[in-house]
Amino acid sequence: MEAALTGFIRALRMAGAPVSPAEAIDAARTLAIIGVSDRDVMKESLAAVLAKSVEEKAIHDGVFDDYFARADVETEDTPQPEDQSADDPEAEDEGGASGEDGEAQQAGGEDDFLSLANSTDAARIALALERAAAAADVESMRFSMQTGPVARRMLEALGVRAMEAEILRRFEAGGPENTAAAEAMIAARARLQARARAYIEQRFEAVGRFATEAFMEEVVSERAMDAMSLRDMARLKPIVARLAKRLAERHALRMRRRRRGRLDVRRTLTKSAATDGVPFDLVWRRKKRDRPKIVAVCDVSGSVARSVRFLLMFLYALAEETADVQSFAFSARLGEVTSLLAEHEFEAAFDLILRAHGGGSTDYGAALEDLDAGFSSLIDRRTTVIILGDGRSNRGNPRLDLFRALAAQAKRVVWLCNEPPAMWGTGDSCMLEYRPLCSSVSHCATVLDLERVLDNALAAYG
Amino acid sequence: MTNTITPPALAAIPAVTEALAGAGYISTPAISTTVYLAHHLRKPMLVEGPAGVGKTELAQSLARALELELHRLQCYAGLDESKALYEWRYGKQLLYTQVLKERVNAITGAAESLSGALAALNDFNDVFFSRDFLEPRPLLRALESKGAVLLIDEIDKSDEEFEAFLLEVLSDYQVTIPELGVISANVAPLVVLTSNATRDLGDALKRRCLHLHIDFPDAKREQAIVRARVPGISEALLRQVVSFVQQVRGLNLRKAPSVSETVDWARTMLLMNAQALDPQLVRETLGVLLKRQADFEEAEERVEAMTAQARTERA
Repeated sequence: MEAALTGFIRALRMAGAPVSPAEAIDAARTLAIIGVSDRDVMKESLAAVLAKSVEEKAIHDGVFDDYFARADVETEDTPQPEDQSADDPEAEDEGGASGEDGEAQQAGGEDDFLSLANSTDAARIALALERAAAAADVESMRFSMQTGPVARRMLEALGVRAMEAEILRRFEAGGPENTAAAEAMIAARARLQARARAYIEQRFEAVGRFATEAFMEEVVSERAMDAMSLRDMARLKPIVARLAKRLAERHALRMRRRRRGRLDVRRTLTKSAATDGVPFDLVWRRKKRDRPKIVAVCDVSGSVARSVRFLLMFLYALAEETADVQSFAFSARLGEVTSLLAEHEFEAAFDLILRAHGGGSTDYGAALEDLDAGFSSLIDRRTTVIILGDGRSNRGNPRLDLFRALAAQAKRVVWLCNEPPAMWGTGDSCMLEYRPLCSSVSHCATVLDLERVLDNALAAYG
Repeated sequence: MTNTITPPALAAIPAVTEALAGAGYISTPAISTTVYLAHHLRKPMLVEGPAGVGKTELAQSLARALELELHRLQCYAGLDESKALYEWRYGKQLLYTQVLKERVNAITGAAESLSGALAALNDFNDVFFSRDFLEPRPLLRALESKGAVLLIDEIDKSDEEFEAFLLEVLSDYQVTIPELGVISANVAPLVVLTSNATRDLGDALKRRCLHLHIDFPDAKREQAIVRARVPGISEALLRQVVSFVQQVRGLNLRKAPSVSETVDWARTMLLMNAQALDPQLVRETLGVLLKRQADFEEAEERVEAMTAQARTERA
């Protein structure tokens, strides 16, 4: 069972539910307490110990069903022909009668392969397969093509070699009796092989499928957003949402709050002067916390059209996770989109934003003027300004003066540019002019870039 | 080291279900299993789920079922050790200092040198930091009692610092008070933490807890709950009420009606002598179920259809 539990936990991890060693130990203790006789109780118990959120619970239940369905499948899908059960005592007799057989198999140190193959005891077979699987390292399998070789390794772990030698010997000895026995053994081997294959396929279904899924997510995370297809985008959405959530949690934007701290002795004593030195009123120190704010400005003009979906997706996810984000979008004129993001589903918000602000030719100068004129009160020493865009301003006035003032007013300005540094300053790009005024400027082309950059930017929140 | 005494109600999973039912709580296999494991693994249980599904109620029912004291710690932003664990009674300490001033003078007056006075004072070693001046708060009370249910309610409302502080208490069932030393529980309390998921809890805390998600009950369980809470309701009406509420939860609402609201609504129906749901009656009492104007309007449009559907339920 331990091997099965280890395998199950590995499958969980593959499926995206993290399981710590401490939790694995808890799981083992749990099984020791509740036993393994009742499948449903086992499922609920392991879920309580191993799954720490609703999402993880869903993963857990899925993997559990896949993983532990094996035993059921085997008893149902492998019907036992009648003559076989008749063979059963005979096979055992054989084992007992010929001392040679017994020796050969004991030398292998394995269960009696033949009697195992002829057995109708599902639990016994399951247990033997479980052990063989551990020996053959089934869990490390990554591709379904590996089924054949791995099945062979499992059979060897069960002692098939000793029996194969015996088959050869019987054929060589000849005679109808020996030939029949050898053929029975070959049939037995085929049966057990089929079970081993079924076992592996089922196990792969539980583990490998998720591994493939995880692999695809990894690919998408590293793909440049300009190069993404719509299908990639669909895959991207949950990744971006997870990323924003992770960032928001790590840098939890805290509400400004007053907290009662330690006793303020000095002020307590001062106050006690009024009551003849008897301190009736206690005074407590209070702690204050700043409330950090984010102002995000996103370029949605034609020149960033390929990335805009991704940038807005991120903006949307961030707004969902944290309360204090004010979002703006612009091509030439700038407009606030905070409420659009808050009130609509992403797809609807995306269309509305593009309809209202997108498509035109970029003018960073005009956008900065609008920001300065309409919203400069939003920006103070606690504000982080995040600018998402390529810095291509169609040769308009970049209004560096306004940008400089903005940078001085805010706590920091983080620019995420979708173009690689080599392109900065070429053509109508003003990145090189803006760069010295920003706290940080980063090339941000993939989801992983985005996470790294923002993590660094937000880490500075003390 | 704390020892574990297993009361009969925690000896097996069905026993848990039965004991909870005795305390008026309709359990599910998942709930009973988690409670059972929480006791045997000596781990706190973290209960999550939407508001009003009976998370707090579970802890209270457990205390009733096991006949243990319930210590409740309500969490909020800014909650700190002094409110959760213990606090020195500063006022008392200061007052005593004032009152005892003369005594102190008398003691130190007899000494000839400064070091003599210090030695004389040393005899009164830490008198102000003894149990007499300690105000125990829920966590400490739960550790010191002989078996208790400790309910840490709405842990997600507290700060991360407090969560970190809880880790020591929850993993070893002991706390360190610098002036007094380590205080550990004789009998580990059964700890229930609840969360409405207003923020995600730290991994460290989650790892130490058993996780239990309680969702809105299915129709069958909700019927059982209402039946237990509203004695005297006819079976036909009960089924219709529950069916209607279950349909309302399926709508796109900001705040779905909770179980306690179902119970309230069932009581309302009983008070109004209703034998069955009808659209007019539902409209008049919908405010019991839905508290937000937008939700109310959303549901009101569909009252006819949902009532008709509910009336197809047979007793």
